[in-house]
Amino acid sequence: MNKILRFFLIIVVSSGILLYAISSLNTSQGYSGGNTLTVYNWGDYIDEDLIAQFEKETGIKVIYETFDSNEAMMTKIQQGGTNYDVAVPSEYTIEKMIQANLLIPLDHSKLPNLKNIDQRFMDLSFDPKNKYSVPYFWGTVGIVYNRKLLPDKEITSWNDLWNPDLKNQILLIDGAREVMGMGLNSLGYSLNDTNKKHLAEAKEKLDLLTPNVKAIVGDEIKMLMANEEASIGLVWSGDASEIMSENEDLDYVVPKEGSNLWFDNMVIPKTAKNVEGAHQFINFMLNAKVAAKNTDYVGYSTPNKQALKYLDEEVVNDERFYPSPELTKKLEVYENLGKRNLSLYNELFLQFKMHPK
Amino acid sequence: MMVKMMENNFTRKLYQVPYLLWIVLFVIAPIGLVLYYSFLDIEGHFSFENYGKFFTPVYLKMTLSSFWYAFLITAISLVIAYPTALLLTKTKHKQLWLLLIIVPSWINLLLKAYAFLGIFGTYGIANSFLQVIGIGRQQLLFTDFSFVFVSVYIFIPFMILPIFNSLSELNPTLIDAAHDLGASKWTVFRRVIFPLTINGVKSGTQVTFIPALSLFMLTRLIAGNRVITLGTAIEQQFLVTQDWGMGSTIAVFLIVIMVLIMLVTNTRERGV
Amino acid sequence: MTPWAKLFLVIIFLILYAPIFFLIFYSFNSGETMYDFESFSLKWYKELFHDTRLLIIVLNTIVLALLAALFSTIIGVLGALAIYMAKRRQTKNLLLSFNNVLIVSPDVIIGASFLILFTMAGIKLGFSSVLLSHIAFSIPIVVLMVLPKLSEMSPSLIDAARDLGASSWNVMSKVIIPYISSGIFAGFFMALTYSLDDFAVTFFVTGNGFSTLSVEIYSLARRGISLNINALSAILFLFTMLLVVIYYFITQRTKLNGMGVRKR
Repeated sequence: MNKILRFFLIIVVSSGILLYAISSLNTSQGYSGGNTLTVYNWGDYIDEDLIAQFEKETGIKVIYETFDSNEAMMTKIQQGGTNYDVAVPSEYTIEKMIQANLLIPLDHSKLPNLKNIDQRFMDLSFDPKNKYSVPYFWGTVGIVYNRKLLPDKEITSWNDLWNPDLKNQILLIDGAREVMGMGLNSLGYSLNDTNKKHLAEAKEKLDLLTPNVKAIVGDEIKMLMANEEASIGLVWSGDASEIMSENEDLDYVVPKEGSNLWFDNMVIPKTAKNVEGAHQFINFMLNAKVAAKNTDYVGYSTPNKQALKYLDEEVVNDERFYPSPELTKKLEVYENLGKRNLSLYNELFLQFKMHPK
Repeated sequence: MMVKMMENNFTRKLYQVPYLLWIVLFVIAPIGLVLYYSFLDIEGHFSFENYGKFFTPVYLKMTLSSFWYAFLITAISLVIAYPTALLLTKTKHKQLWLLLIIVPSWINLLLKAYAFLGIFGTYGIANSFLQVIGIGRQQLLFTDFSFVFVSVYIFIPFMILPIFNSLSELNPTLIDAAHDLGASKWTVFRRVIFPLTINGVKSGTQVTFIPALSLFMLTRLIAGNRVITLGTAIEQQFLVTQDWGMGSTIAVFLIVIMVLIMLVTNTRERGV
Repeated sequence: MTPWAKLFLVIIFLILYAPIFFLIFYSFNSGETMYDFESFSLKWYKELFHDTRLLIIVLNTIVLALLAALFSTIIGVLGALAIYMAKRRQTKNLLLSFNNVLIVSPDVIIGASFLILFTMAGIKLGFSSVLLSHIAFSIPIVVLMVLPKLSEMSPSLIDAARDLGASSWNVMSKVIIPYISSGIFAGFFMALTYSLDDFAVTFFVTGNGFSTLSVEIYSLARRGISLNINALSAILFLFTMLLVVIYYFITQRTKLNGMGVRKR
């Protein structure tokens, strides 16, 4: 008994010391002061120097919290309990959040820097007139492939992946919309198709791809591709640019049949306490120089037209990541298909995963 | 007299309060929620649709494969953990060694999974080793082998700990006596040691098999979604489809299966 | 011990520590990735020491794990006693089934239902809600670790103590608790493991600036886990090893000095 009591006492005392250390650290960092702004974003999706700069310019202390999926983030905001002032969801989630009445309309008069954004990326179907959201980064879905491992193959289309030579060579990202979209696009259908016959056709076509698929994975696809675990990967463009900087043999292509165009936008959730500060923060991030610095750090494509001036020409003229307006026309933004259809997509994707190799 | 007895009874029951409170708040309330959601279809209307859906080949196949993998993982863990625990009890600083078995499990699981991606990768250490001994490069990642290996890796401390505890309190005189009576080593193990540590084995099996049924992250990271378990399906329903109804329905079946396992293992004890 | 037995243990330990050594090895990489070792460098360690936010998160994680393990051990032991003392077999089975529900439930479900529970009860999300959840999901593992010890204990032990005139409290503190102490420690360390490892539940019930290492690491995955997390793990790992060894030898010494003849 004594042994256990002594052990428990040690635990209590050390917890007390640690709690004291945490609270003094929090105070010294200013996290417990009054004028704070809680930003809810993907992990490592901002240049932290910019946060410091914002804090210095405005005197607002930023609390940076992170999430790892749109859906989980939305659940948190829906349930409340935390005062998130700014969040960065992807476009299909924004549509859902608008429908669920989770967002506060933006006051455009407080966002003068909004004029910096390329008109191509304004007023899109998921948020007409940008009433609720402002673009943060954007990109495409495409194929990253290894030129060294596939010396005599030119990959330009989705259908190239069905080549029997590519046995066990392909990694897919674990996303129902992305993989089903690939099937639909390869058949010439729209990414947003809800025709059951078309979807069944796409799933059957995907089943034929199974021998070529090595694995269906998550974010670790970047590490696997850069490490040449496979020669082809279905990825988001942001991930592609990152792994290409790590492995020079890799190249990225947006398939000619068309593909997906995605956005991560800044919004102000209903949970916001510091709406004024949130506008300041969004406007700050829209500043051309700030956006350029952030783009340098994150490596995704920026929608900020004025920021392009401050970026390397090599980056800006790279058609793979800043596709021409002609190619952009072929790209589709995911529409919110409704719960029933989304569930159908997921069900078919699940069956594809379980399809025996 | 009567009053005093009741009072005594009451204070004796008092210690149960925190635990029972926990059951009501953190077990019964969530079960209630899960049950409630399981009767809602994707649009939030009352229906038995989800239960119908569960009895389709896709989900039944998934249930079977979850069971198979959980069984495999538990069996292999037991086969490795028992001798390890037995040998650990014979070391000099056995408590220290035991702690050192647990310490690796305090490193974040995702990080360890990434490490395994590196170790089992085409150009990883495991493959270099295979090449040196003349087997040559194999695909290790995204196979049943690597999935079971890493799962066993994760569960093994949970299996070793209870077995170690029953073993280390085994009365050594019992074993000596058996030896003196001329029993062989194997007989001693089968007739004396193992039966006396069956409680440890049982609790080790429970803390391995039950969570193994609902494994999810490793199915993607290590098995590349070649293995789909009930846990993966629930994860998907909750976080991707956002169909909490179907996710809850699968969870209801998991809970029912777990209760059945508990009942079966407990009646066997009575039989012995 | 035969050489074969030793070899077996060595292999087990090597495998258990292999991924950790792998992580530590790459924490000294001057490059950015966990597969291409460029040259030796301490830059990730240097970077680490400038990151106060990460330091706060690490301390949060440790304090949370310690407190959660402590409280869940106490409640779990009480629970194991309650199950052990239950007279009817059905009551026992019922309690055990309830006990195991949280072990079998996937983390997302636990997280989501706790989140609903906390928001309904009006508990502010943050340290306290995370602590409550960690205590809640660690209790069953403690019960499962303590219960076998209780059922191994022969009832005659308690009867004998009672016959000798010991009060209920004395029976508890002098007979039962010492007997099950190895189960209690096992439960504590398992609870600690559960708390340190958890991501999904914490993610749902946290808020207002409170974050743990797991939440941080998982949310980094989309942009790639940076090697300063490896460096952090290496430091934490070595620190833990040190603590474990020191703690062990201190308890060892007090046992020898303090209790003299008592043989374990």
